Amino acid sequence: MPATPMSKAEREQGHAHSQASRVFDLSVHSLRELNQALHSLTPGSNETAWEVLNPKGSHSVAVGVDQPVSIDVRGSVGYYCAGMNDGAAITVHGSAGPGVGENMMSGSIVIKGDASQYAGATGRGGLLVIEGNASSRCGISMKGIDIVVHGNIGHMSAFMAQSGNLVVLGDAGDALGDSIYEARLFVRGKVESLGADCIAKEMRPEHIELLQALLDKAGVTDVKASEFKRYGSARTLYNFNIDNADAY
Amino acid sequence: MCGIVGLFLKDKALEPKLGAMLSEMLVSLSDRGPDSAGIAIYGAATGNEAKITVQSPKPDRDFRGLDVELAKAIGAPVSVAVKSTHAVIRTTPDKVDAAREALQTLRPDIRIMGAGEAVEIYKEVGLPEAVVDRFGVRAMTGTHGIGHTRMATESAVTTMGAHPFSTGADQCLVHNGSLSNHNNVRRELIRDGMTFETENDTEVAAAYLSNRMAHGKNLGEALEGTLSDLDGFFTFVVGTKNGFGVVRDPIACKPAVMAETDQYVAFGSEYRALTKLPGIDNARVWEPEPATVYFWEH
Repeated sequence: MPATPMSKAEREQGHAHSQASRVFDLSVHSLRELNQALHSLTPGSNETAWEVLNPKGSHSVAVGVDQPVSIDVRGSVGYYCAGMNDGAAITVHGSAGPGVGENMMSGSIVIKGDASQYAGATGRGGLLVIEGNASSRCGISMKGIDIVVHGNIGHMSAFMAQSGNLVVLGDAGDALGDSIYEARLFVRGKVESLGADCIAKEMRPEHIELLQALLDKAGVTDVKASEFKRYGSARTLYNFNIDNADAY
Repeated sequence: MCGIVGLFLKDKALEPKLGAMLSEMLVSLSDRGPDSAGIAIYGAATGNEAKITVQSPKPDRDFRGLDVELAKAIGAPVSVAVKSTHAVIRTTPDKVDAAREALQTLRPDIRIMGAGEAVEIYKEVGLPEAVVDRFGVRAMTGTHGIGHTRMATESAVTTMGAHPFSTGADQCLVHNGSLSNHNNVRRELIRDGMTFETENDTEVAAAYLSNRMAHGKNLGEALEGTLSDLDGFFTFVVGTKNGFGVVRDPIACKPAVMAETDQYVAFGSEYRALTKLPGIDNARVWEPEPATVYFWEH
């Protein structure tokens, strides 16, 4: 049975209503209003697309979102953007300050520019893509998050990283993976130095497969998984070794 | 925390707006430090005039008649321009030391904020907005400047504990961080003839740079030395008569963002501080690398 035909105007209106983003201009509305509106979303909400204008380096933009909505932030943000994200797809069309995506649970965050210190710190799940460079302590204490950085990462990245994958298309700074647990690190460029207990490891077929899936997920098409080296834990710090007693 | 800013103009057309631009940058970082704030502005040096910026706890008493008394004491023309608790004393460059000495006797409560041919320094307890308004910083013209809003950790919240610190002619420094070996370095610098006004760690960093430059190093070399000789956390922004420099310690946990266009080089603790600068959307914006010296000179 044919559906009741809609007039052109009705169709357009309906189309516009379901597709148009809810626009939040931070030069007009407060950050708290934005985050409160995002936190008020309930499962099945029709407000699935959000656009944030004029962030101008604001802190804590779109933190704690727990619904599968898409959020486009038009400009650069300050500290802690998209922290604790649980299911949203957040894109920053600019650069991000310290702590972007801190403790992400699930969902995705894409930073079109650079990210400052400790991007993705303590993240438990989801995918963080940084299309520019990330600075120091990227993925520090990561616990299950996947991080893909198109550029370089700074020193002390993946410090005490517990699980998840850190993929770097460029170079890594000093002390990569210091005191690392079971996170996997894949670096395509050069590594300035490895931290304590972090070693280069063999790239076996299952790692190539895993890495290729991550590159595909992050939309990286011009780079092959075989170009990367894998780094991980030598597992010599897992248990107390009496021979090291003098070091304390 | 603390918030620091710096602006080095390449485009002369922006010079009349330096004070306004730098004030805007500093005010945007007010929530990084509510204790005190300060700004150093460098105007064009003429070569035949020196400026001494002084502060008094009792400006009405101390600045009245100061021009006449000081001129008589040093035997050279003196002008005094009062701005709230501060005053800028102008005289001939060869009389700066004599004027500093005479001030100790004529006005013992006066503190010297800085001196040189180009720099003027204004700092007080309070929020950046109140401090820039009090001294009319927004109306000031200049070639470059630095500013600071303080969350005190290493010494008391006082006017003298506010930044910028100036320890040499036309030299000054602002600091985000804390130094752990400042007492030792201070002792070494005192042995080498440097003098100190406070117990503050940042003053030691400023004096360290002045001392190295007095020993013939250029700004870049002096900044390089901080990486091996100063222990602790720091992002420094420094100004000299014709230059502007930035250095971060190797750990680099104190934030820093820089922007450069054909018109200026700008520094902010956060990107927020840079958002109102002209052409920022197309500027080259980057985070300065740890243990790397950056400096620009006119």
